Amino acid sequence: MSLLELSGVTRSVVLPDDRTLEILRGIDLTVDAGEHVSIVGRSGTGKSTLLNILGLLDAPTSGEYVLDGVPIGRLSGRARARRRGTDFGFVFQQFNLLQGRTALENVVAPLLYARGRQFWQRRTLAAEMLERVGLGDRLDTRPEKLSGGEQQRVAIARALVRVPRVILADEPTGALDVDTGSEVMDLLDTIARENGSALIAITHDLAVASRAARQFRLAEGVLTPIAISARSAGSLGALGAPGGQPSGPGADPGAAGHPAESGDDQAEHVARPLVPAHGAAPGEGDAA
Amino acid sequence: MTGIVGSVLEAWDELRVHKVRVLLALVGVAVAVCAITAISAAGEMLRQVSAEQNDRWNGRAATLQVSAWPTGEGGSVMPAPEEYEQVFDEIVERYSVGYSSMLRNAPAPVRFPEGTREVYTTGVEPDWATMHRFEVTSGRWFTDADADRLSPALVVNQAFLDALGGVSVAEHPTVTIGGDNPVVATVVGAYPDAWPQAEPEAYVLVGAQAAWVTPESLEMTGPPSLELWVPEELADDLVGLVQRDVAGALSGVQADVFRFDSPDYASVDGAIRLVVLGVSVIALLLGGLGLVNIALVTVRYRIREIGIRRSFGASSGRVFFSVMMESVVATTVAGVLGVTVAVVALHNLPLDALMGYPVQDRPGFPLSAAVTGMVAAVGIGALAGLLPALVAVRVKVIDAIRY
Repeated sequence: MSLLELSGVTRSVVLPDDRTLEILRGIDLTVDAGEHVSIVGRSGTGKSTLLNILGLLDAPTSGEYVLDGVPIGRLSGRARARRRGTDFGFVFQQFNLLQGRTALENVVAPLLYARGRQFWQRRTLAAEMLERVGLGDRLDTRPEKLSGGEQQRVAIARALVRVPRVILADEPTGALDVDTGSEVMDLLDTIARENGSALIAITHDLAVASRAARQFRLAEGVLTPIAISARSAGSLGALGAPGGQPSGPGADPGAAGHPAESGDDQAEHVARPLVPAHGAAPGEGDAA
Repeated sequence: MTGIVGSVLEAWDELRVHKVRVLLALVGVAVAVCAITAISAAGEMLRQVSAEQNDRWNGRAATLQVSAWPTGEGGSVMPAPEEYEQVFDEIVERYSVGYSSMLRNAPAPVRFPEGTREVYTTGVEPDWATMHRFEVTSGRWFTDADADRLSPALVVNQAFLDALGGVSVAEHPTVTIGGDNPVVATVVGAYPDAWPQAEPEAYVLVGAQAAWVTPESLEMTGPPSLELWVPEELADDLVGLVQRDVAGALSGVQADVFRFDSPDYASVDGAIRLVVLGVSVIALLLGGLGLVNIALVTVRYRIREIGIRRSFGASSGRVFFSVMMESVVATTVAGVLGVTVAVVALHNLPLDALMGYPVQDRPGFPLSAAVTGMVAAVGIGALAGLLPALVAVRVKVIDAIRY
C-alpha cells in the first residue's frame, strides 16, 4: 500500500468576477514510504497548491486523497491538524524560522504540539537534531545571526525533529547559492533516508529535481512524469522553454523563481508543460 | 495535558520574546489590579479590625447586658450586692448560658510608691475575657481558683505597672488597696495601655471588690450588671424573658436588658469604597482595551508565525487557545505583580494612625482580596485575548505561510 495517494485531485477557486480558476486538474500521484519524488514547474503552475494539499494545509476541490489508507476527506479539522504534525515536515524556501527565538527554540517549537516523550524531552531531542545537521555549536544562536545555509539547516532540523513520514520541501534551495544548496540537499537526502521519510520536493532547479528517484512536471495544473538525468539538469528553459519564460496565457515573466504561485491572482500564470517522460501526453512537443 | 502545558509554554515563550511590548501593555492592568486588590484588602482588614474592636468593647455577638437600677419610687433602695448576685446566678442557670460575667465598676484607692491614687477598677468574672476577646500580654487572666485567694488577683494595664515603679508581672508585684481596711492585691497579668498617657486601671474579680467598695461608691457607679453571651438567634427572645425574670426577682428596680454588641460596620465608608472600586474597574477595563489593541496589532504581525505553527500541527482550537493564553498569562503576571505591590503596601499601612488607637491584633492580608485581584486579572486577560484569538483563527494557513 502506498503511503499517500492522490486520485483525480482538482483544486479550483472562484475569482471575484465569479469565474472559476482551475489550479490543479486531475492530479494522480502515489508516493511510497521512504521514496524521493520531485516536482518541477514554472511559477504559477500550482506546485505550492499541490504541496499544501499533500501537507493537509489545503483541501482538494474534488478527487480523493488517501494517506496511509485513510481518506483524508473523512477526517475532522482537528484530526487533519494532528496528522499534519505527526506525518509531515515542511521545509520552506524562505526558511520561515520564528524570529526572536534561538535555533534550539525553533526546533523545539513543533515538539510543543507533540505528546508523550517527544513533548517532555523536547529540548534534548531538538539539540540532538541540531547536532545531526551540524549545528550543535549554534544552539543558542538566533536566526538573524546565522547564514542562509545554516538557517535552512535549522529549518530542516525543525522539519525532521518529529520524525515525519513525509518531508515536503518547497524550493528548499531557492534562497541559497548553488554550493550551499547542494550541501543542504545532501543533508536533506541523508537524514530523510536515515529516518525512512519520504521526500517530496518542488523546485525550479532541475539539479535538485534530478536527485529524486521519480520526477514530475506540473504544468497548467496537470502533473506529468518526466525523467531528468543529472547530465541534462540545468534550467527549466533547457528543458524546452527557451529563456525560461512561461508561455501560457497571461504568463508573468517576472515570476520565475518566485516560490508562491498558488494564489488567486497568480494561478492563471500557468506555464506550458515541460519534458514529459516516456511519451506522456501533455506538452509532448516541448520535450528537449 | 500536553496540549494545555504546550499552550501555556507557547504563550510564555511569546511573552518572553516580546517583553517590551508586553510590559507596556500590562502596566495599566497591573496598576488597576493593585488598586482593586488594595481597596478590597483595606476594606476587609479595617472591617476585621473594627469588628474585633467592637467585640473588645461591647462583647461578641450576641452579648446581652442586664442591669437593674432602683426606681426610687415608693422609697425603694438599691438591693444589696448579694441579692444581685443571687438573681444573676439564677438567670445564668435557668437559661444555661455558657459564658456570663457580672460587671461592676468601682474606684479604688491604690497605694503606689509615689502616693495613693484613685484607680478605676472593673470587677469581672473569668468568662469576661473570652466574651470580649481580651488577652493579656504578660502573666495570665483570672481563673475560678482566684476567687479563693486571700490576696485578690489583679490584671492591670501598663500604666499601673509603671506607677508601681516599672515592675514586671514576672516579679509578682503586690500593691495595697483600700482605706480603713486595706488589702494587699497581687498583679497576675498585664495588658497594654489603650492610648498614650493612659491612667492606671485594673481588672479584678467582682467578688474581691467587696474589700474596697463602699455604699457611697456604689451610689456613684451604680449596681453590678450582668453580661450574657447567647446565641444570636435566641437573643431577641431572651431579652424579654430575662427582663421579666429580673423585674420579678428584684423589687423596686427598673430592669433593663439590651443587646450590647453592635452589628459590624465598615470603617471605610461604603460609598467611598464603591467609588474607588468603580474607578479601579474602569482603569482595569481601559488597561484591557490597551491590551486588546496591542494584541490585535501583534496578531497582524504574527500571521506568518501562526501559519508556521499550523504547519507544525496546530489545530484552529490550539491557535485560539494559545493566543488567548498569551493574554491570560500576561495579565496573570501583571496580576501577581499588582497583588504583590498591594500586599507590600498594606503590610506597611499605618493602621494605628488610621484607626486612631493601637491595633493589637493586626489582621493579615485577606486572601479574598488577593483572589479578587487575581480573578480580575485573569478575567480581563481572557476578555482581551478573545478578539485577537478569533482573528488568529481566521488566518488562512496558506496565505499566512506566504505572508
